[in-house]
Amino acid sequence: MKIHEYQAKELLRAFGVPTPTGKVVTTADEAVKAFESFGKGIAVVKAQVHAGGRGKGGGVKVVKSAEECRTEAKRILSNPLITPQTGPEGVKVRSLLVEQATSIGHEYYVAVVLDRAVQLPVLMASTEGGVEIEEVAAHNPDAIKKTHIFDARGLQPFQARKIAYALGLTGKQVDQAVKTLTGLVKLYLDKDCSLAEINPWVQTTDGDMIALDGKVNFDDNALFRLKDIQGYRDVTEEDPSELKAQETGISFVKLDGNIGCLVNGAGLAMSTMDIIKFHGGDPANFLDVGGGANVDQVTTAFEIILADKNVKAVLVNIFGGIMKCDTIATAILEAFKRVKFNVPLVVRLEGTNVELGRKMLADSGLPIITAGDLTDAAEKAVKAAG
Amino acid sequence: MSILINKDSRVLCQGITGKAGAFHSSQCLAYGTKMVAGVTPNKGGTLFENKVPIFDTVSQAVHQTGADVSMIFVPPPFAADAILEAADAGIRLIIAITEGIPVADMVHVARELRNRPNCRLVGPNCPGVITPDECKIGIMPGYIHKKGPIGVISRSGTLTYEAVWQLTSLGLGQSTCVGLGGDPIVGTSFIDALELFQNDPETEAILMMGEIGGDAEERAAEFVKNNVTKPVASFIAGQTAPPGRRMGHAGAIISGSSGKASDKIAALRNAGIVVADTPADMGKAVVEAIKRRK
Repeated sequence: MKIHEYQAKELLRAFGVPTPTGKVVTTADEAVKAFESFGKGIAVVKAQVHAGGRGKGGGVKVVKSAEECRTEAKRILSNPLITPQTGPEGVKVRSLLVEQATSIGHEYYVAVVLDRAVQLPVLMASTEGGVEIEEVAAHNPDAIKKTHIFDARGLQPFQARKIAYALGLTGKQVDQAVKTLTGLVKLYLDKDCSLAEINPWVQTTDGDMIALDGKVNFDDNALFRLKDIQGYRDVTEEDPSELKAQETGISFVKLDGNIGCLVNGAGLAMSTMDIIKFHGGDPANFLDVGGGANVDQVTTAFEIILADKNVKAVLVNIFGGIMKCDTIATAILEAFKRVKFNVPLVVRLEGTNVELGRKMLADSGLPIITAGDLTDAAEKAVKAAG
Repeated sequence: MSILINKDSRVLCQGITGKAGAFHSSQCLAYGTKMVAGVTPNKGGTLFENKVPIFDTVSQAVHQTGADVSMIFVPPPFAADAILEAADAGIRLIIAITEGIPVADMVHVARELRNRPNCRLVGPNCPGVITPDECKIGIMPGYIHKKGPIGVISRSGTLTYEAVWQLTSLGLGQSTCVGLGGDPIVGTSFIDALELFQNDPETEAILMMGEIGGDAEERAAEFVKNNVTKPVASFIAGQTAPPGRRMGHAGAIISGSSGKASDKIAALRNAGIVVADTPADMGKAVVEAIKRRK
């Protein structure tokens, strides 16, 4: 789960990480009020959306007067924000973070993520902040300092000092850095984060260390025990059909093509998309109904797929393990009653109870195109979509 | 021969009284797996299907039945505890089917298992392990398999079934099929499984299916280059997935340059592995890999 920058900063402060003074607002009037409450000076108006690349899309602006603050706040709130991560239609901005400007001496990067190879969380820091860490990793890997969180209780003081000195910090900055790094790791561990990142982590011209931007993501599998974090969820940032899928226990990602896919298992679902593309088609979605999907879930999956007006054909590819082929056959027949199928349906079944499943579809007399193997299924779906 | 499990494996199921645990224990029994015990706290003393004794703890089950392999169907919030219970009871092979275990719980499990070199975990979030005609532990449909010389390794369940079905249809049987699991932290890696198959005299060729995200396939390619003399074929799922989106498996997130299908395929080919262009050609890729080596 993703949260907004202002929420991430709330959490960071709760774990002892200093951030700039700021206020969350939803109107231009409130933005001006916030600006004025900081006294005379400079502020930054930041769009609060989950998508990254906000600066490149004009969603982050430095303002030097109340008037400028009003103009920029109004502009950001009234137009869709288009960033490299949002797609051409952009996203609606519902709130802004207005922050007192910070005079930047140097920008650093720091984050805690899982190192899958070592099977431990790792703290990564770099002297090159304000840019994507992947870029730094590509052109200057030596700039990235790492230390693994080997102790379940958290970052050891010596590890924090080692990183601070490796970044070239001195004096009071070392003490401040140790506090921030320890807090960031504690946040990652205590709140089941999948990412806890400060970028840029700034050394001000006064020599203080402060988190200028923060990103915190959570492990969806752990949300059941993160009662306080659940409240941070902003469903307006999520795609409505992806939300509906999630509530039903289906894994769904909307794409731009015209062949709807209903598959069991993530690996097979990705492979089904791959083979559709290989045969010249374009998948409209990734959809994994899961291993033990029931009739209701499969029906909902069809509803979600058919709600997409771009869909010109639907391909069902089921290899039954937990999911029995007669279950999917029952669901297909049920879905035909519940939702209006106005596009061709290609079905490929294999696995547990396959004969029964195929017979049920054949006996139904419904206009279903059956396919033998993966290639046959992909070719028929591409042809059906025109 | 085979790897990990065979006709002598004595299997217990943790979570045998749950819906999935009960259904699949029945299926495993029907396949011929020696299911010797079930474990569900407070259900000790009862019988599963009137024949398999149920115990309150794994330790009791091991002492009384000599079980050496555990299949776990315990719900996600309690699954990590179940894995540790099995390890503590001296189980040598733990196969965790459960999907949705918090990553932090698995970090904890991995930390503990490092101190137990004689205990291997497969999974979690995996379809299980099968040695055809001998022992099926997990949720895969048994009938698609056929005994033979191909070792199969995969991170995904249904994609493995697809591959196995293609192999069987081509007349290529399997020595053992191992589902590693789709989670960020799993007990057994591609490299672990490759090493086991390389050392198994009855495995003549290996098929490994990877997917986007992480760098496990790249590391496996490096291992194959240096340590595997048997023919290896592969397929990478998610070649057309858009960057930055999570495709079901937590593992399958691609961001930036790392974890991309094209990088993985290049690494695999560079190691002399035959990579199938489409998921329909996985079986044929194995045939090609064997032909090239002759």
